[in-house]
Amino acid sequence: MKAIIRKRVLKTGITVVGLSALAVAVSAHAQQTLNIVSWGGAYSMSQHEAYDKPWMEKTGDEIVNIDRSGNALAGLRAQSQAGNVTWDLVDMLPADAMIACAEGLIEPLDHDELLADAPDGTPPSEDFVDGALGDCFVASIVYSNIVAFNSDMFPEDDQPGTIEDVFDLENYPGKRALLRKPINNMEWALIADGVDRDEVYAMLETEEGVQRAFAKLDTIKDEVIWWEEGAQPPQLLADQEVAFASAYNGRIFNAMVTEDQPFEIIWDAQVFELDGWVVPTGKLDKVSDYLHFATDTQRLADQAQYISYGPARKSSSELVSTHAETGIEMTPHMPTYGPNFATALQKDDLFWADYNDELTQRFNAWLSQ
Amino acid sequence: MAIPSYATRGERIWHTIFLGICGLVFLFLIGPLLVIIPLSFNAEPYFTFSKAMVTFDPAGYSLRWYQDFFTSSAWLNAIKNSFIIGIASTLLATVLGTVAALGLSSRYMPARGVIMALLISPMIVPLIISAAAMFFFFSKVNLAQTYVGVILAHTALGIPFVVITVTATLSSFDTTLIRAAHSLGANPTRTFFKVVLPLVTPGVVSGALFAFITSFDEVVVVLFIAGPEQRTMPIQMWSGIREQISPTILAVATMLVLLSMLLLTTLEFLRRRGERLRGLSPG
Amino acid sequence: MSESPAAPLTTADGVPLKVSLRRTVRRSKIKALLLVAPLLAFLFIAFLMPLFEMLWRSVDNPEVSTHLSRTVSALEGWNGESLPDEAAFAALAEDLREGQQERNLGLLSSRLNYEKSGMRSTISRTARRVGTLEPPYRESLIAVNDTWGELDTWKLIQREASPYTMSYYLAAVDLQLSPDGDIVQVPEYMQIHATLFWRTLWMSAVITGLTLLLGFPVAFLLASLPARHSNLLMILVLLPFWTSLLVRTTTWIAILQSQGVLNDIMVFLGVVADEARWQMIHNKMGTIIAMTHILLPFMILPLYSVMKTIPPSYMRAARSLGGKPFLSFRRVYFPLTIPGIAAGGILVFILSIGYYITPALVGGQSGRFITNYIAYHMQTSLNWGLAAAISSILLFVVIICYLVFNRLIGVDKVKLG
Repeated sequence: MKAIIRKRVLKTGITVVGLSALAVAVSAHAQQTLNIVSWGGAYSMSQHEAYDKPWMEKTGDEIVNIDRSGNALAGLRAQSQAGNVTWDLVDMLPADAMIACAEGLIEPLDHDELLADAPDGTPPSEDFVDGALGDCFVASIVYSNIVAFNSDMFPEDDQPGTIEDVFDLENYPGKRALLRKPINNMEWALIADGVDRDEVYAMLETEEGVQRAFAKLDTIKDEVIWWEEGAQPPQLLADQEVAFASAYNGRIFNAMVTEDQPFEIIWDAQVFELDGWVVPTGKLDKVSDYLHFATDTQRLADQAQYISYGPARKSSSELVSTHAETGIEMTPHMPTYGPNFATALQKDDLFWADYNDELTQRFNAWLSQ
Repeated sequence: MAIPSYATRGERIWHTIFLGICGLVFLFLIGPLLVIIPLSFNAEPYFTFSKAMVTFDPAGYSLRWYQDFFTSSAWLNAIKNSFIIGIASTLLATVLGTVAALGLSSRYMPARGVIMALLISPMIVPLIISAAAMFFFFSKVNLAQTYVGVILAHTALGIPFVVITVTATLSSFDTTLIRAAHSLGANPTRTFFKVVLPLVTPGVVSGALFAFITSFDEVVVVLFIAGPEQRTMPIQMWSGIREQISPTILAVATMLVLLSMLLLTTLEFLRRRGERLRGLSPG
Repeated sequence: MSESPAAPLTTADGVPLKVSLRRTVRRSKIKALLLVAPLLAFLFIAFLMPLFEMLWRSVDNPEVSTHLSRTVSALEGWNGESLPDEAAFAALAEDLREGQQERNLGLLSSRLNYEKSGMRSTISRTARRVGTLEPPYRESLIAVNDTWGELDTWKLIQREASPYTMSYYLAAVDLQLSPDGDIVQVPEYMQIHATLFWRTLWMSAVITGLTLLLGFPVAFLLASLPARHSNLLMILVLLPFWTSLLVRTTTWIAILQSQGVLNDIMVFLGVVADEARWQMIHNKMGTIIAMTHILLPFMILPLYSVMKTIPPSYMRAARSLGGKPFLSFRRVYFPLTIPGIAAGGILVFILSIGYYITPALVGGQSGRFITNYIAYHMQTSLNWGLAAAISSILLFVVIICYLVFNRLIGVDKVKLG
């Protein structure tokens, strides 16, 4: 821990110089408390290190972290209904952001006006990766849903490597831990059943495709333990309760490097998506300075020292360096790293916006059969 | 239970079997609570007895999970919240409930049955329904995610216990004692403090204890209407169990078992004192 | 002592005694009511109002009538046999344009998406482009999204225009309205809630039966022992009763899980192989074991308090009159315990169908109750109308049981500890 702090201080020392111009711009700003909602765990920690600490040092603001992103949409609705919005900035998924935006719960954002340009002057609208900027949404990371396995549970010369292997009980026996939602599982089932990546979502819009996905899931259903909290999969893998577990890649990375767990990630057919910020209605003036700071090129690159999620800005990628605690090279652990990315599938938010209600009910009915 | 002298041989066998069954049920009731106490001293982060523990090797035991608990700001904060909310809602429920019980035990109380049924309803309505309903309503009136909201909700949940215990105490209250006190020359104030209060207090206190434990143990309503600032012990346990059950939870559980033993002893003491005062038992 | 019938009894100050008595009674009634009033007022605000609000929410249906008000009035008198005329399409375009500006189409699109998958994106995509559309709107709207060319879409809007809806209740029991307005079952692969209601009821019945089976002998033992001994044993019943629900659930996880205490003992004893550990948790069995343990005191205490009142001399009399032990027990003792069985049984059953925490933690997939779906719709799917409808149905079942309980036993007879 001490090592991190020392490194952090050194790093801040360097960045402070570069930031002095910005600091002057915000010096008029009165000290305040920001209530920031995020996902908790290792992810919140990475945000705290990369954004909050330097920001608090610079402005004297107090930042309160609230771990409620899992239920952020419900929370926003309840607060707005009560007319008492206490959250200032919320980290959420683009699919939820679309719904919140349509309900008027969050502010529409003018990205080029609000956000920082890249160091070379590229405006944000060109510097962020595709799909990172929504009407009310600005992404900060690219993360990935992957399946990982415990390498101790398979012979050294026959380790699984593809998504088909996850569905292959004969050659790779053992329990599987999967997210208790249709999302990702339906996609993987179809890909493992031989459907082309580009046709997965078109297929899932048809009754035939849905049936095919469930039929494939049926083949492993008896061996599945369903998880609901992001912290469960690494735990289940570590206890050898399961051989495979679907998970967020950052959680597995953390268990691999900081706890030295014998996990391997199957990058094949990773389902990647973005995650980022939304501003509850009425809070834009209060948080615009913080948002400008927390989404600039350097901050996004800094965050990648703490967790293996890819920065959502192209200009940050070149600045990604080594893991703050262990010093290992981060690039090969990123979802966007070439070999990892070869067979990646982007989660289709529009599809899930339409079909999540129906497929979830169907999925639950299937589970309780 | 003594076997009557006229019991047949078959009955004696049956009697022994019966005692065996009862023993097993008692084991089922109490065993689980006893199992976790030693487990909470496990030196390893597992949920079962390690080899070192079974062989009583001192190295197999440690206080690390207790240390974890007492050095974690999240747990300590949760304890603080639980006490704040528990004490505030207990006070409120006890005052409202005791006053209402005085009215309910009046001979002239109209519509007693209906009102009683209404007052007990928070105990009967499933918590998840109360929680959902309170979430809708409290969000609307700006009480969701506040201490006041959680305290009011817990007060509502604790009230039935206070009403039940205090009315039970009052119904066995012998009103001739008041007249006796008067006739012996005590004025009403003196009668209240010297005669009524000592007789009613045990009922009020045990009602308050019930209300407190109800709040202290409540998860569902807090889960729905509390914000992150009002995180209580049960919520902390709940999320711990759902994510990964570290033995710290067993340490907390052990302490809670000890707490309930303490409460139970207090209650038993109050009950005996109440009986003695009312002259029901030789004491 | 002969009083003239013409002169009624009076008090010292000359008021007729009858009047004076009535006055005193009324004053006592008011005094009693005033004492209860603060609590009633409190419970009304903090408890009953929320329940009423929830009941209201289960039928409330404001989305279509507020956000598509023009379309709804343009559809008045539409017969539903062919697509509506241009006026309805123009009204829709205007409604969506306004909604897009005010950014309040979200709840509308969620509401319609519950009834017809795909409506969410239909509305959001159309709304985004509606500013650039030109009349005739019938053609241009259908060009943006062909959902607007489907008769069912318009029938849906017309149907959901009513400010109240039954569709949440229908969904809560796996029914739905067909586009033509008939009540039909949802396809089998979508059925979930009715299954869960039945499962909740029968598992609660099993749990109630088990608590009776285990609780009866214990209550009998406690009631027939001298107070000195029974007080001591009573502590064994009361301690779990007083211990935190979460603690008791945690202990069962520690005991029953596959790396848990019981499995370890079984492996150690060689009863089961290490690879074939028993799966006793995260299924129905886990829920039943843990809940039987948690609810057992609620059965024992009422049974005990009834058995305490049965004089032991009855059994002795039955025996001395020549009854065989079992027969005397069945014909004399057992019938006297029925009030206790009823009290304990209904109490355990009511508590059991409303349990949420224990099934959520140890029930896994197959051991979940309907309560878990209330939580799911509250927190995850955010279909609050459906959550309110399921809650209302469950509340109704509970109230029925409660009324029966009140009728048979009386709530004021409930004793604690």
